[in-house]
Amino acid sequence: MLKDITIGQYFPGKSVLHRLDPRVKILLTFLYIVILFAATNPIGLLVGIVFLFVAYGVSRVPPRMILKSLKPVVPIIIFTTILNMFFIEGEALWHWGFLTITREGLVTAVIMSVRIICLIAGTSLLTYTTSPIALTDGLERLMGPLKKLHFPVHELAMMMTIALRFIPTLIEETDKIMSAQKARGADMESGGLMQRARALVPVLIPLFVSAFRRADELALAMECRCYRGGEGRTRMKQLHMGGADAVCALFSLLCLAGVIAINLYAPALL
Amino acid sequence: MNPIISAKNVTFAYPAYEGETTQTVLDDVSVDIHPGEFVAVLGHNGSGKSTLAKHFNAILLPSGGTVWVAGIDTRVEDRIYDIRQTVGMVFQNPDNQLVATIVEEDVAFALENLGVPPAEIRTRVDDALRSVGMYEYREHSPHQLSGGQKQRVAIAGVIAMRPRCIVLDEPTAMLDPMGRVEVLSTIRDLNREHGITVVLITHYMDEAARCDRVVVVDSGKLLLDGTPREVFSHVTVLKEVGLDVPQVTELAYELRKAGCRIPDDIIFEEECVDAVAALLEGSHVDH
Amino acid sequence: MSIIKTEHLTYVYSPDTPYRKTAVSDVNLEIGEGDMVGVIGHTGSGKSTLIQHFNGLLRPTEGKIYVGGEDMWQNPKEIRRFRFQVGLVFQYPEYQLFEDTVYKDISFGPRNMGLSEEEIDRRVRHAAAFVGLKEKHLQKSPFELSGGQKRRVAIAGVIAMSPRVLILDEPTAGLDPKGREMILGQIREYHEQEKNTVLLVSHSMEDVAKYAKTALVMNQGRVFMYAPVEEVFSHAAELTELGLSVPQVSRVFLTLAGRGYPVSSNVFTVEQAKRELLRALAEGGKQNA
Repeated sequence: MLKDITIGQYFPGKSVLHRLDPRVKILLTFLYIVILFAATNPIGLLVGIVFLFVAYGVSRVPPRMILKSLKPVVPIIIFTTILNMFFIEGEALWHWGFLTITREGLVTAVIMSVRIICLIAGTSLLTYTTSPIALTDGLERLMGPLKKLHFPVHELAMMMTIALRFIPTLIEETDKIMSAQKARGADMESGGLMQRARALVPVLIPLFVSAFRRADELALAMECRCYRGGEGRTRMKQLHMGGADAVCALFSLLCLAGVIAINLYAPALL
Repeated sequence: MNPIISAKNVTFAYPAYEGETTQTVLDDVSVDIHPGEFVAVLGHNGSGKSTLAKHFNAILLPSGGTVWVAGIDTRVEDRIYDIRQTVGMVFQNPDNQLVATIVEEDVAFALENLGVPPAEIRTRVDDALRSVGMYEYREHSPHQLSGGQKQRVAIAGVIAMRPRCIVLDEPTAMLDPMGRVEVLSTIRDLNREHGITVVLITHYMDEAARCDRVVVVDSGKLLLDGTPREVFSHVTVLKEVGLDVPQVTELAYELRKAGCRIPDDIIFEEECVDAVAALLEGSHVDH
Repeated sequence: MSIIKTEHLTYVYSPDTPYRKTAVSDVNLEIGEGDMVGVIGHTGSGKSTLIQHFNGLLRPTEGKIYVGGEDMWQNPKEIRRFRFQVGLVFQYPEYQLFEDTVYKDISFGPRNMGLSEEEIDRRVRHAAAFVGLKEKHLQKSPFELSGGQKRRVAIAGVIAMSPRVLILDEPTAGLDPKGREMILGQIREYHEQEKNTVLLVSHSMEDVAKYAKTALVMNQGRVFMYAPVEEVFSHAAELTELGLSVPQVSRVFLTLAGRGYPVSSNVFTVEQAKRELLRALAEGGKQNA
């Protein structure tokens, strides 16, 4: 049922990665993406793979979680592999009818799939090791400078926090309303697409009405607790960048430098 | 001592929609709440009791008359945050007043809004959580908590502002009996141990019986105001306006009607036991 | 003749996960046709899970349920047929209203049953009358009504399906004393006139004592007691131990009986208390004379 849906992918833990400043983690994730795309040859990519394994090892997030994060992108990986394998011209390795696999095609296909896998596994690690609230917090502060451009950074972060807070509540409520309408004989399991869409009306209207009512009450409660926007607000939890953050950043930068060096000095390894 | 909340001749009406007459919700209500008091406000749904409560921290402003909070007229706009820090407010639905996804973050919300320095927020949040007995749950997410626990977190979120008074608008209406007991004993503790003035809006008579003072509102007017004993002795008046009295009060009332000699100001179980025991001993039997 | 019967009914939430929780465990029950059963138990006792089985919203993990002698899950495709026989009013049912008029909302259930327009119209008016809704209310938007009225519209929406069994989960939650009495009175009237089976889930032992004939007490997913109200409530001390809130007068009489006064300890309403005391006093008076 709907209740079984888990929100966010946070995998609670106490590892160094869990304790890193969320801002650093977000930036490092970007850096990792840069590393992956900077690596144009297999050795460079190997650095990216090692990086990933080290990170997962440190985080203590079980490796099966990598597989879990990859599940939704399997079709994309297969699609790009096929595309690259058959449609890049070069030295033919295998030939059947109009299908030809080239050496260059095969290499590109492998590199691309490894890249995608590392990309997904790497960014998933960010959400595995960072609670949604820390993530929101980190994003809010990273985007802080945008406030000067009148970009509503605080408002967006507040909206995200409230959304995270109310998603479980609304899921539970949807479940309840669905049960109540089913008890009145509503049929939600059969019929064509149109019929099913129409069957949702008795669920969606009460859900909207209730969401508005909740929003109203929440706004009142926030007012009573002196909420007046982001101006002059302090935070209980301060983000601190410490030694661990510096070490991780240094390690990542070294990896990037390594990848660039490999690109420059060992381009002809293929 | 000066009252902490003082309402004088307060009238409130929602503005009329096109073609409709204005709806008067409060009609010339005057009431003073004194520091340290534990006051219950009784009234049936739609009696105006919630509207009155919303005047106590400037959520609503009177259409006529004046409300002072700690001597400040609630219409003075630039003192609004002083008013809301003095009188905190807790609502009926615990789900709809928690903002953050972690208990302690939620309790910190008001203090963050007020710009309190981080280290002080931490101490005040921990104190507030301890005073409602939810300190062990500080890292939980609200949806893992029971209704009573959520309501206690909501109370902590208000207490963290160190208000002199809290107004609770039917805080137990959506809770099961255990949740009700939890929340009520928390509120009583705050009143006794921390000296916080409490205004409890309710329609549970047994909750009101344990207060220092009971105010009954009906059709936007103040109907009765006195100690629980005084107020609950008006059994017929209360029943007429759709309210109950505690069961033991009603029992004593019925027994009196049947000709038994039993005091008319019984509001507690123990008193009732003693009075009935005395009756049974035969000394007061009229037969 | 039993209208609902369960055999070894067990229900497990989220099986095969770390959150696995047995909500109802080996329940064997028979609910007699035409009975008015009060279902009590504190939050988490399994009472809500149990009643959701009675109209097929939940499918038992183990065991069987019979409605009117028929195995409910013999053919899962036909489960809707049973939902028309057992009407379920959820807690805070006013939050399920969605149509633009009260009339249309009450007719949602009957319409899903595929009834004719005349029959729907008849049932809507019949149901509305039970819950005290007037003609002028029927064409209003349900969202314009007061909280208590909305709740009565929602209850009418289930009554209009003319179920053989009507189950109400905490129908008075959040209402003031007057609203509480009104709704319970209307439910009693419905039960008496239609001779239907009614299950009333409540936290309030006082309400169950006042309105039900039989009481079902759930505790930790099991049936703790299931017997006529007087019999169940004669175990007031045990019920108190379960953490159920015992009415004030019951506690008074428990104490009195405990102190050795010749009064019954099975008193739950003021009316009973008065009668019991007057009886005890009269007998005491006779003895004295």
